[in-house]
Amino acid sequence: MLEIRDLHASVEGREILRGIDLSVRAGEVHAIMGPNGSGKSTLASVLAGNERFEVTRGEATFLGRNIFEMSIEERARAGLFLGFQYPVEIPGVTMANFMKFAVNEKRKYQGLDPLPAGDFLRMMRERAAIVELDQKMTSRAVNEGFSGGEKKKNEIFQMAMLEPLLALLDETDSGLDIDALRVVATGVTRLRTPQNATVVITHYQRLLDYIVPDYVHVLYNGRIIHTGDRSLALRLEEQGYDRLIAEQA
Amino acid sequence: MAEGEDRIIRQIAERDYQYGFTTDIATELIPRGIDEEVVRLISRKKGEPQWMTDYRLAAYAHWRGTETPTWAHLDIPPIDFQDIIYYAAPRTAPKYGSMEEVDPELLKTFDKLGIPLEERMALAGVAVDAVMDSVSVKTTFKEMLAEKGIVFCSMSEALRDHSELVRRYLGSVVPYTDNFFAALNAAVFSDGSFCYIPPGVRCPMELSTYFRINAAGTGQFERTLIVADEGAYVSYLEGCTAPRRDENQLHAAVVEIVAMKDAEVKYSTVQNWYPGDREGRGGVYNFVTKRGLCKGENSRLSWTQVETGSAVTWKYPSCVLLGDNSSGEFYSVALTNNYQQADTGTKMVHLGRNTRSRIVSKGISAGHSNNSYRGLVRVAKRADGARNYSQCDSLIIGSKCGAHTFPTLDVNNPTAVVEHEATTSRIGEEQLFYCNQRGMSTEDAVGLIVNGYARDVLNKLPMEFAVEAQKLLSLSLEGSVG
Repeated sequence: MLEIRDLHASVEGREILRGIDLSVRAGEVHAIMGPNGSGKSTLASVLAGNERFEVTRGEATFLGRNIFEMSIEERARAGLFLGFQYPVEIPGVTMANFMKFAVNEKRKYQGLDPLPAGDFLRMMRERAAIVELDQKMTSRAVNEGFSGGEKKKNEIFQMAMLEPLLALLDETDSGLDIDALRVVATGVTRLRTPQNATVVITHYQRLLDYIVPDYVHVLYNGRIIHTGDRSLALRLEEQGYDRLIAEQA
Repeated sequence: MAEGEDRIIRQIAERDYQYGFTTDIATELIPRGIDEEVVRLISRKKGEPQWMTDYRLAAYAHWRGTETPTWAHLDIPPIDFQDIIYYAAPRTAPKYGSMEEVDPELLKTFDKLGIPLEERMALAGVAVDAVMDSVSVKTTFKEMLAEKGIVFCSMSEALRDHSELVRRYLGSVVPYTDNFFAALNAAVFSDGSFCYIPPGVRCPMELSTYFRINAAGTGQFERTLIVADEGAYVSYLEGCTAPRRDENQLHAAVVEIVAMKDAEVKYSTVQNWYPGDREGRGGVYNFVTKRGLCKGENSRLSWTQVETGSAVTWKYPSCVLLGDNSSGEFYSVALTNNYQQADTGTKMVHLGRNTRSRIVSKGISAGHSNNSYRGLVRVAKRADGARNYSQCDSLIIGSKCGAHTFPTLDVNNPTAVVEHEATTSRIGEEQLFYCNQRGMSTEDAVGLIVNGYARDVLNKLPMEFAVEAQKLLSLSLEGSVG
């Protein structure tokens, strides 16, 4: 589904990604861990198409297509979803309206007619329940006045609405208390199918108690220095990143 | 960040102005220029009563002694008032009784504009007075409204059939001495709408005037007068479009509203005159004086405007709150793109006790345009308990446009409460990226963000027009951001 080879990317002339290799297949859950500034969020942003970053070398394909030849919205419509670390506020635009637009853009891409209003409302109700998001949120403006926890729940709600093939969740756990973390993580797990894949970017292993990864990658200084299974995350929790980094050096 | 801005600006392309067509119809024109004889000629053509002719001549004499105002934040080349044709009429019967008499070309024109003039095809619940160049060509649902005692007709007809009513109110809110353009309008106005709602009558449908400029080299000077008698209610809509031309065309209108005791008037405008092209060539110069008088106790007046057209807009729909407990509202979205300039806002003049006013202004500037809010809130000495709330927001798209705010407060009563809030924001790269990531194109995202920003104002429009206005806002920015 996603194939990354020797990917280099920089921002304002500073190289952040220095040769990433990664394969994600349908049905898999990958966790990308690493200390601050290692390039985790940059990787997600580059894959989603954020133009602040410049790809300087390497390649990446999504569903067999060169991802860098696809516009941001085309990647999204084809099934790539980014759960934002800092969701953006859009005053005056209701969540319902925003989602209707997004869902129908995707349907148009798939050659489907817009969803009838009744079906859409039902879908919103069901999907909001997955992350225990209050129905009333959907008539509020996008992320405006949402608490930190509500914003993160709202990201997963959108993921549930858009049913992506590949979800990149950028520090979805940051700023969540333990109850919200459980709700969000359980929601992500419930959305898992054999057809889709999830890449979870996180600092902490606690999220991985709920979203059990098939692979754990440690990103350091723009490179994946180690890949293991779930036990790697537990080991990092115990020993910290320093020891692993020292071993790999 | 600068790179992001560039991307936004590049992606804002020039949209097509979809009303830019011209109707090929024989038009009666009078010679270019203005003098006393032209004023008399216009009055004669319309078969007006003597008092009207005298009023026009007095206005003309006054106008000659005044100068074009220069205080607005607008950069306009001098206008040659002798190079304008002050009267242009489609050359057919001046006013049509039945549909059979209406020139099919005219019908087609208004159909194309989305304003069907055949009552059976008309928008449900909207009566229309259609004005092409200097004359009203058709007023729908007139008879039905007349059964309730409502007068809704062109100004020309009103001067003929309701001369005393018009005489009592014309110029009572906007006298010709008010300003340069009001004086010019009083001298040469050619048509417009007149509406009178008798005491206690709630007008059962939206009344609307659709203004269309068609002929080249002409100016349009229309005059609208709305009187809501005691306890009456009316909601009024105004729409405007013009063909695409390289020349600048002048539009100088006056709208006067009188609300008696317990009366309520809502006036909504969707102004979409031709804005000029991407380089700023052509477009309508829109100089409009709109003012309402809340004359009686508990009267209410609300102005809602969506301004997306015109090369230059100079317009301050205002409320004079004379009656105790009367209230005035002003809701505005003004969008400028390319080289458009707008200097618009309102005046709220509190004279009566416990008068209330509310101002919500949303400016949107893109391209190389300049967009100014200019407002005055005045509380007179005797206006005990007056309250005003003003909110003036500016949204900026790109880095080559200007957004300006000129609020003036003049409070002469210590019991008054006056609040003013202002914000300036920018459509951010992050907002666009967020929308793109959810599958929306940048253009759609900008439309969505702008409509969200303007929502408080759009919500005030009657249903059918709110939808139109939303589309218009997105269209006006097409290719402007991206």
